[in-house]
Amino acid sequence: MMTDQESEQLTVPPDGRSPEEQPRWRKDFPIDWPQDEYLSRREFIKFLLLTSAAFSTGQVAFLVSDFVQQQTSPPASQVITAVADVPVGGSLIFHYPEGSPARLLVRVNEETFVAYEQQCTHLTCPVIPAVDDLELHCPCHDGVFDMLTGRPLSGPPQRPLARVTLEIQNGNVIATGIEKRMV
Amino acid sequence: MKRKSRFARSQRMTIATGILFVVVVIIILQLWLFTATMNAFLGGDRAILWPAAIASLICLGLNIGLLWYLYGLEK
Repeated sequence: MMTDQESEQLTVPPDGRSPEEQPRWRKDFPIDWPQDEYLSRREFIKFLLLTSAAFSTGQVAFLVSDFVQQQTSPPASQVITAVADVPVGGSLIFHYPEGSPARLLVRVNEETFVAYEQQCTHLTCPVIPAVDDLELHCPCHDGVFDMLTGRPLSGPPQRPLARVTLEIQNGNVIATGIEKRMV
Repeated sequence: MKRKSRFARSQRMTIATGILFVVVVIIILQLWLFTATMNAFLGGDRAILWPAAIASLICLGLNIGLLWYLYGLEK
């Protein structure tokens, strides 16, 4: 009868055949297959732990990034252009604050200007205004945003475009802030 | 002298498989949490950042604990 100690040491070849039926090479170089499988599973769990640590590091990176953003003061107001320089239906690319990604200013009608971040919220392709349809189109994946609100209407984008708040003063269009939104 | 494990090898294998499945489920949860947090962060929603980070660190702690337990079985 087999003892506990012997059953622990029993090696089961992967093909399930008896030890006598095993090829010569396996007899010459026996491998403890169950132990080998156990160790590879354990090592795989160890590898998955790295993946888990990477996700947690990413979450902490969001916190750090948010903290850094909180420390930087909001951008000061900036004159973008004169009202008379943008015709109705016209648009203008600008940078607010200087050095930041491109923003898009669109004159919808005589009195209404809107400005958004130009990068699509899906994969950051530049959006193109279609004033007649009151839409902003992303040509990369056919994303469509509402021009008056910046909210996604169709296509893959889920989040609205970040809005640049505007004021009209002394015949100038002035950017006063950036408003990120979830809905 | 090396102490014999309280579990037979086949039992340890079963436990390792079970732990592997639990770890995979936790990691899928972390992946979902990460993408949801990124979406919120890019949308300017800051309220979710701390709870999500704490939840993710708890998941990491659970995974470390499970691996710790697995190593403990071999002693």
